[in-house]
Amino acid sequence: MYRYDKYDQAMVDTRVEEFRDQVRRRIEGKMDDDQFKPLRLKNGLYLQLHAYMLRVAVPYGTLNSAQMRTLAMIARKYDRGYGHFTTRQNIQYNWIKLAEAPDILADLAKVEMHAIQTSGESIRNISSDQYAGAAADELIDPRPWAEMLRQMTTFMPEFSYLPRKFKIAIIASAEDRIALRWHDFALRIVQNTAGELGFEVFAGGGMGRTPFIAYCIREFLPTTQIFSYLQAVLRVWNRHARRDNIHKQRMKILVHDLGQEEFTAQVEEAFEHFLSLGEDFPPAEYDRIAAYFAPPAFEQGLSDEIDLSDPAFARWVERQVVAHKAPGYAIANISLKPVGGIPGDITAEQMELVADLAERFSFDELRSTHAQNLVLPHVKKADLYTVWQALVSAGLADANLDLISDLIACPGLDYCSLANARSIPVAQKIAERFADPARQADLGELKIKISGCINACGHHHAGNIGILGVDRKGSESYQLLLGGSGDEDTTQAKIAGPGFDEDGIVDAVERAVEHYRAVRSPNERFIDTYRRVGMDGFKEAIYG
Amino acid sequence: MAESGNPTPAATEQFSAGLRFRDDVAADEPAVSLDAFLEQEEADSVRIEAGEDVTVLFPHLSRVRLIEVDFPKFRDGRGFSTARMLREAGYTGEIKATGDVLVDLIFFMRRCGFDSFAPDKPIDPSDAEAALTRWDNVYVPAADDRVPIWKLRHG
Ligand code: HEM
Ligand code: SF4
Repeated sequence: MYRYDKYDQAMVDTRVEEFRDQVRRRIEGKMDDDQFKPLRLKNGLYLQLHAYMLRVAVPYGTLNSAQMRTLAMIARKYDRGYGHFTTRQNIQYNWIKLAEAPDILADLAKVEMHAIQTSGESIRNISSDQYAGAAADELIDPRPWAEMLRQMTTFMPEFSYLPRKFKIAIIASAEDRIALRWHDFALRIVQNTAGELGFEVFAGGGMGRTPFIAYCIREFLPTTQIFSYLQAVLRVWNRHARRDNIHKQRMKILVHDLGQEEFTAQVEEAFEHFLSLGEDFPPAEYDRIAAYFAPPAFEQGLSDEIDLSDPAFARWVERQVVAHKAPGYAIANISLKPVGGIPGDITAEQMELVADLAERFSFDELRSTHAQNLVLPHVKKADLYTVWQALVSAGLADANLDLISDLIACPGLDYCSLANARSIPVAQKIAERFADPARQADLGELKIKISGCINACGHHHAGNIGILGVDRKGSESYQLLLGGSGDEDTTQAKIAGPGFDEDGIVDAVERAVEHYRAVRSPNERFIDTYRRVGMDGFKEAIYG
Repeated sequence: MAESGNPTPAATEQFSAGLRFRDDVAADEPAVSLDAFLEQEEADSVRIEAGEDVTVLFPHLSRVRLIEVDFPKFRDGRGFSTARMLREAGYTGEIKATGDVLVDLIFFMRRCGFDSFAPDKPIDPSDAEAALTRWDNVYVPAADDRVPIWKLRHG
């Protein structure tokens, strides 16, 4: 895992002091709230319904045990004993006091963490594969590039007031585990025919009220030119985006207004210019960073056998454990979706237990996922039973990865000032309706994603079943969408028809699911059945 | 320790003198609009509004002494690109930030090539000095001569 050197440490320490000074000037009245707002947003502080919310960056979803323990300490000391993992692999605290925020940032800096650019019109935390460095199917570990991107996008002077937020994702496998093409700017590491590594580049994705799936704007970018290329993209957008309507300022709008060809041409022209400045990073810098991500010292000669005689353990292994590249090791997914719980929520005690497990059984590494779960990336197969027992004792052993109860949900009206409707109770009711493990297993992979308003924080556009909270004559109402995907076969979900109330939407989901069961071919996933048979049959089943 | 690029002592003295970081004599003609500038061959000071295309100035840079770049709202970051593109095009005259310019932006503005500031609301000189001297190092290059951390690491 990456470790800060003196330069990185000074950057976050200075940032804490800067923010302390800004908070002081706000409190002394030297700055009005309008001026202070973008500054606090660039430090992850939102004003919500009841209190400030602080979003802490988990760079590319990688954490060590000391960092997780600090997150637990923050939950206990400054919040109400829990935190919430988000759809971009970060963690949020919902009950923060402004005056304490600089102290929290100082505590984070001690474990090489920060909240820099986690909200506001800035380049956000880089998303990456939660299985990076462990996945059997990856070309190379994408995290050195993610760390490189983290540093190059931290405090870019020219892009300090972008038209809107800018989200970057990077992966190195064909399977997409991070909703790649739903990002503003996305990179897939690929190999050309000469065997060189480069980036396949996508641009212009995004959810919100105007969803777009990103286009490929370059099939192969030499890795050493990424700084020039990224600046070219940002400059084209920064100069030409609309500035008169906040809903039309995301890069996706410009990309789609100009069209793939014109946008690409403008980027290429700016790219030539940036290359001519000769400011790309020295190759030795990649080597320096990559050295931190060298594979851990996996033991050799381990057995791949797992004793599955305990049926509950066997169910968990079947669902939560994924192939690892090293023989004798496995990737273990930890569900933050207990039936009836709040998706992504975790208590301070649970964080500490997971930190202990990471330290003892996973080379001190942990990951967060865009589906709001956690991962122990490098567990010896022989240790899986012990790990599972510890998870059971902490209420973290649900076996529902990618199943119907593994829902994604935004905070919704319970916390969010922009919400039209509550998301959390709907998620809870659906999970309860389908709580029976046999029923869930029979339904197989089925991704439900719930947002409390059109901002789409809960990814409803990418849900196999999406649920969107809307305001209908002053009361909460929910629309049902079908056919979305955030995987390598990215598609945007479509609205099925008129909305429902809170109980009605749960019934509607059940009718859609039962229709799938009735018409599916053997071993066909929900999304594949939907794509094969189309909306009409589902519509009829749902609306009768 | 700063390896490079901190404001010079001369600049520090000027914090109270309207935030100008140049030694030459300031242009005394008022800046004209971009359209007017392109028509008036004797004009040497021009004003660029947010959203105007700075590249049309590039063929005329040799006769320009002052370019004012306006920030209608501090959230409108187009002026950062405007200034940096002027420096990349070789312009060495004055670039002045006007409008809604906040102290929290001036460090990044300096890095993009601005060398004077005439904000709508005056900036407290001690706040300005703190903002400009806060960062010992920077991650990425811009239009100034600060050496990015990735170079410092490799000598
Ligand atoms: C409660 C405070 C929150 C507020 C005020 C908020 C606000 C917003 C807004 C306004 C957008 C639309 C942006 C746009 O279209 O340009 C958005 C999008 C988004 N938010 Fe949030 N959000 C909040 C919490 C969250 C949480 C908890 C998550 C993760 C679970 C999250 C993840 C996202 C994602 C993934 C998007 C979609 C990004 C895209 O458009 O590509 N947000 N949020
Ligand atoms: S989708 Fe809407 S309700 Fe949900 S968190 Fe985002 S802004 Fe709030």
